Amino acid sequence: MAEITLTEENFDAEVIKSAIPILVDFWASWCGPCKMQNPILIDVEKEMEKKAAFAKVNVDEQPNLAQRYSIMSIPTIMIFSKGQPVKQFIGVQSKETLVEALKVPGN
Amino acid sequence: MYDVIILGGGPAGFTAGIYSARAGRKTLLIVGTRWGGQLMLTTLVENFPGFPDGIQGPDLMMNMRKQTERLGVTIVNADFSSADFTKRPFTAVADGKTYTSNTIILATGADSIWLNVPGEIQLRGKGVSTCATCDAFFFRGKKVVVVGGGDSALEEAHVLSQVAKTVTIIHRRDSFRASQASQDRVLKNPKIKIIWNTTVVKMNGANHLESLTIKNIKTGKEEEFKTDGVFVAIGHKPNTSLLKGIELDVKGYVVRKEKTEEGLLKYFSATSREGVFVAGDVYDYRYRQAITASAYGCMAALDADKWLSENK
Repeated sequence: MAEITLTEENFDAEVIKSAIPILVDFWASWCGPCKMQNPILIDVEKEMEKKAAFAKVNVDEQPNLAQRYSIMSIPTIMIFSKGQPVKQFIGVQSKETLVEALKVPGN
Repeated sequence: MYDVIILGGGPAGFTAGIYSARAGRKTLLIVGTRWGGQLMLTTLVENFPGFPDGIQGPDLMMNMRKQTERLGVTIVNADFSSADFTKRPFTAVADGKTYTSNTIILATGADSIWLNVPGEIQLRGKGVSTCATCDAFFFRGKKVVVVGGGDSALEEAHVLSQVAKTVTIIHRRDSFRASQASQDRVLKNPKIKIIWNTTVVKMNGANHLESLTIKNIKTGKEEEFKTDGVFVAIGHKPNTSLLKGIELDVKGYVVRKEKTEEGLLKYFSATSREGVFVAGDVYDYRYRQAITASAYGCMAALDADKWLSENK
């Protein structure tokens, strides 16, 4: 799956300035349910056919990014569109829920 | 059209998939969004045979998944929304598609039970959790509570004690029902305190959890307990709501209808419906281990294979 690894340095360029809606997955290596989300994200990517981008934030490596968005539970998925956070999901999400959220009006 | 559709993606489902594929049966495994089951929410698994140093729950499930995929089983990552067991071929609907098969293996497992007290739903993800291994990190140096008295609760308390400032177990009885090993580990831990004979009646906080209203069952006295996080670990219930037409017992678990022929065991995992078999925690109230779920999954697959041979 084509996903961007986000850091404080590239967040602005990759997420805020993204031309297409972007799904940001907050995760950590010790989080079981985060692993549940991965095969589902692959399905979402297939269905979105390059009309959305995918990125990950490792909360251990990027605690400031996690704090910036008040992440208190993982997995948390945030959808950004035109530089703004438009949706936030806590816990593992189905493919349908994420595809619907990515098909943001106006894109 | 499949030979076998397996509903559920925990140890029972994956093991059934492995055995079914190796029996040469065309197999579909509908694992759901929360595939992997309860082991995805645990850390080190030390009692699954074959791992002298233990194995992380999620790693064990990822391995089972890879093994199943390698054997050619088709996996669907969606929850099934409905299934019809009243006639054959059986059908199951997932992600808008209808799948059909000649046999079904029910391996939908069990889910965490919530307390169902005011404030709980609103504060989920904001201090209220059922997964210490997911969320313990966010309570580093903070006060947390674990509600429950079984193995899950004591495991959660142990995990939390490694990062939190204090861990308080609130249990409605005056003794734990967990294994002796779990109990010893918790009772020896100076960071873990226990409040017995007490229940949580309310969860309080505006944007995040601030306190719990707790009640002593013996005295009836209520008080407020300030905490940054609460982890609900009071048990599990079997996932049977979509299993219409399958006989369940008084506790809601799938009834196993063992079949013998001439005094010898023929089908261990049969259910009230011909051609439908059961495996794992959706049937097993008593043992509920990954290894028993795997064993039941194997037996269900072998039962389905035999049934297919005899019912062409």
